[in-house]
Amino acid sequence: MKIMSRRILAVISVAALVAACSSSSATPTASSAASGATTCKEAANATPVEAVSWWTTGGESSGFNAIINKFNCDNPTYWVSNSAIAGGAGSVAQAALQSRVLAGNPPDTFQVHMGHELLDTYVTPGYMDNIDDLYTANGWTTQFPQGVLNIVSAKDSTGTLHYYSVPLDIHRANVLWFNKTVFSSNNLTAPTTWADFLTDAAALKAKGITPLAVGDNGIWASGMLLEDVLLAQLGSDGFNGLWTGATSWSSADVTTALNTFQQVLGFVNTDHSSLTWDQAADYLIPAAGAQPKAAMTIMGDWAAGEFDNKGFTDYGYAAAPGTTGIYQALADSFGVPKAAKQKAGVKLFLTLLGSAAGQDIFNPYKGSVPANTQAGNPPATAKQYSTYQKWAMGEWKTDKIVPSMEHGAAAAPSWKGAVETAVTSFVATPDVAALQTALVQACKDATVCK
Amino acid sequence: MRISRDRVTSLVVIAPSVLAVAIFVYGLIFWTGYISTVKWDTLRPDYTGVGIANYQSIFGQNRFLMDIRNTVVFTLFFITASLTIGLLLANLVDRQIRGEGLFRNLFVFPMAISFIVTGVVWKWILSPGQAAFGTSPATPQGINQLFGLDPATNRWFTDPHIDYISPGSPAYGILHDIGLGFITSPNIGIPVALLSLVLAAVWQMSGFVMVLYLAGLRAIPEELKEAARVDGCTEWRIFRHIVFPLLLPVTLSAMIILGHISLKIYDLAVAMTGSGPGFATDTPALFMWQTAFRDDHFGRGAAAAIVMLALVAVVVVPYLVWTRRQEVES
Amino acid sequence: MSRKTPPEPPDAAVQPTAEPPVRGGALADVLAARKIDPLDIVVVVDEEEEEKPRTRVRSDKGSRGAHSRGPRARITRFFLYSILFVFALWYLTPVYVLLVTSLKPTNQVFLNQMWVPVWPPSLDGFSAAWTALAPNFLNSLKLAIPAAIISSMLGSINGYVLAKWKFRGADTLFTLILFGMFIPYQAILIPLVQVMSNVGLYGSIQGLILVHVIYGIPITTLIFRNYYAAIPTELLEAAKVDGAGFFRIYRSILLPLSATGFVVVLIWQFNSVWNDFLFAATLTTQPNWPMTVALNNLAGSFSVAWNVQMAGALLAAMPTLLVFIILGRYFVRGLLAGSLKG
Repeated sequence: MKIMSRRILAVISVAALVAACSSSSATPTASSAASGATTCKEAANATPVEAVSWWTTGGESSGFNAIINKFNCDNPTYWVSNSAIAGGAGSVAQAALQSRVLAGNPPDTFQVHMGHELLDTYVTPGYMDNIDDLYTANGWTTQFPQGVLNIVSAKDSTGTLHYYSVPLDIHRANVLWFNKTVFSSNNLTAPTTWADFLTDAAALKAKGITPLAVGDNGIWASGMLLEDVLLAQLGSDGFNGLWTGATSWSSADVTTALNTFQQVLGFVNTDHSSLTWDQAADYLIPAAGAQPKAAMTIMGDWAAGEFDNKGFTDYGYAAAPGTTGIYQALADSFGVPKAAKQKAGVKLFLTLLGSAAGQDIFNPYKGSVPANTQAGNPPATAKQYSTYQKWAMGEWKTDKIVPSMEHGAAAAPSWKGAVETAVTSFVATPDVAALQTALVQACKDATVCK
Repeated sequence: MRISRDRVTSLVVIAPSVLAVAIFVYGLIFWTGYISTVKWDTLRPDYTGVGIANYQSIFGQNRFLMDIRNTVVFTLFFITASLTIGLLLANLVDRQIRGEGLFRNLFVFPMAISFIVTGVVWKWILSPGQAAFGTSPATPQGINQLFGLDPATNRWFTDPHIDYISPGSPAYGILHDIGLGFITSPNIGIPVALLSLVLAAVWQMSGFVMVLYLAGLRAIPEELKEAARVDGCTEWRIFRHIVFPLLLPVTLSAMIILGHISLKIYDLAVAMTGSGPGFATDTPALFMWQTAFRDDHFGRGAAAAIVMLALVAVVVVPYLVWTRRQEVES
Repeated sequence: MSRKTPPEPPDAAVQPTAEPPVRGGALADVLAARKIDPLDIVVVVDEEEEEKPRTRVRSDKGSRGAHSRGPRARITRFFLYSILFVFALWYLTPVYVLLVTSLKPTNQVFLNQMWVPVWPPSLDGFSAAWTALAPNFLNSLKLAIPAAIISSMLGSINGYVLAKWKFRGADTLFTLILFGMFIPYQAILIPLVQVMSNVGLYGSIQGLILVHVIYGIPITTLIFRNYYAAIPTELLEAAKVDGAGFFRIYRSILLPLSATGFVVVLIWQFNSVWNDFLFAATLTTQPNWPMTVALNNLAGSFSVAWNVQMAGALLAAMPTLLVFIILGRYFVRGLLAGSLKG
């Protein structure tokens, strides 16, 4: 009897040890099985590949773990782990990442916004390898829209174009969200110009509904609003020119846009600086039997996720006023640090991230749109795209693509910071001339304008 | 001789700490000072000397000047309020009350919560809600909702208003007459939004100050107070002439601890208000962080850090010298 | 056998009681047996009976000194409790918000409903928070307990040296150590990571403990030094005359008197190490993450599930609260510890 129980104990403890050793990913992976695929175990001599992201919870974490799981199952000689600390640009997590890169000890790959956030922070100082080979080998130069290719690439000192990261998901920043019932009962349709917006806003305000809900605690939501106004006034080429020096920040067009911006701010909820964007979006959701506090909000397409989480279905969406046909994009992307230890494994991983199949695993969870135009058809057993996402995918294939400043694509973080400083002062004390001067100076400080 | 052997022992005992502080604190302070004089403005270190250019750059930014003002105002209000409330509570709790343990744990509990969480919760509580506009009534939230306050006038940390000595007030004329007119500029005023931050910070730390004062009160021998009582002194006089002076070392410790929190305050500000309306609640630590880790201007970030330290030195060093003299005299 | 006198103010002349000395732990048993609360014991100096000061048990708990229990005292008591109650409400308000929000299901967390609890309460927040935090709790314990203990011991011995073994420049040294407390940690993050990498401690809990101990030196030294400064030097002089050396004095005189000092320092250090996020996130790597990193990870990149976040905050605060409660019991009168030791 005693020998039996000792044996049972031994078996149990060995099993526990095996279980403990093989569950090597840090984040709870109840989600890996969500897409119907089996969760694979780490092989005994698999080479570990470290991916750092800021996706720690919710759909994005589920999606990323799902795609990692697919990679690990298909490539048992490697084991990719998601080392995630929450916090985007400017957070402690990013400081930790930068400190590691500085110390010559970067992870094998890390999540970073496509565009200037990557290029100016990591590529220009020489910390990243280019991934031209991946782009050529996988045909991404034809599968991704040209607008995206422009954003993820940069010319080196000899004028050769190089690609530095592969975008995994595309979010749209210039989306107008509105409460359908409020619009229908006031005979309104989604405004297609800012002039229409201002008229509609006046009508709504007279009815006692805040026209536009903004939650700019941290100021970036107001920064996005400014971008939308500029985009509408200048068009996609003019807007792009702001960030390359082709369009002058002191032009009359910009002044007009800033004046519009000031007028728009007059129709915004008074407590905007105490709310985060999602709390402002919640103003569209009516309490039982009452009117909602606000009719519209302008926010990226992650707002759909917020509404879905709160069980609110009565929302409509359209391109932000004046930006129909323009897709202001931001993306999470991954590249290869120069000092990464497992470059072969990482490149295999990135291949999956850029492929149509991989993007169809991840994006339905994230609420975003695949960058790869050949994606969009996940297998029937996997998670499917939502109505909004399907609409957005259609737009993605046809719209003109411009980068988002607030989310790291159009400008370096320091330039964005300077713009945000200017907007902070403007929101408190509206002064169009001062704002324009500050924006002109910000461009000069970024060494893009003369 | 026994005594000199003990002297040696004492020096040996304290040596590791001194060494650790010398390297990890002062070594790094000097490193920061050096970095503040170089160009380093991308992720790749660049040690080209630029003299005081970084300092000129940050002092040329209106935001940084406001940060310095904010720090001074915040520190003054925070320390005064925390000390007062802490002392008051310690006195009350010390009086053989029923449930002393319960009250003591309750008052010190906020310290257990991280500054980030405190910031988030107080951001919720002090969010004013929407003011009335057009035909729509006001919809107060949080504390405004609880006390029926009007969101239009009680804007808490969303209030960009700065209280300063304006031409209307009596002090204005006086200050101008004696040549201190610069004090009446709006740049030297109290941002109303900052007081919300003070409220949250005091909530968090006054319990710990109470603990310090409680320890101090309980170290005062009862005979002293009994003797004074027997002599006919009132409780207030006993407090003022016996207890309070004996609490001076505690007050000093508390001021240093509170000061080092308030001068470096970052987590609470980020979580609760961010930079605030018109930078009303911006702090040098926030500025330094963004300059260094968002903009990658490490040289300027280091300069901001040195300025923060200089600010501390200006306040702390004379204060320490003064209290050292007080201790020697008493 | 050294003759110990209690820490005394300059004026009173107090001599050891004539009763047989009660040693160490026996004191607690005696008090318990006689159902005496240590807080009630007072050493009374009677001017006529200078040779025989007595210890007296305070019989009337409700008043101070010689005040009688009359209506005036009752009104004072009433005010006392009212003020305490008002403050208690102020301190509890955010805790109420935390609690109420953490018990809401995710789709019902609205800012304008913060005062209104949801019935029935939902445990979604707590279960999600616990799932995320539990794996890292042990790391935090492995970090905070050694760090707090080591740095309080260091602080105690440093405070001892700086308060009682003054050498030339001791005060300047103290000021310098103190000033080091004000360094903004964000400023030295990069070289710190570099140093840690070079000595091979990057990523480990031991490295983090070392960093916390080092940066805790100024504040622990401050608290103990001021605490020990209040202890009269005559005590040490007497011991030195009896032939006690550096460590003997520390062990037999100062250490027993340090209870409240240790309480304050342990509370502070445990709390600040437990709640630290900056060093935790930048100096450790994944398997070694303390709980604060996991707590931060409860936030999504765009929207936050507030019920989970607040539940996580409450869970994270529990150990420190426990430390307060446990250590708070050692808040007995400092005088008692010294005066009745045999």
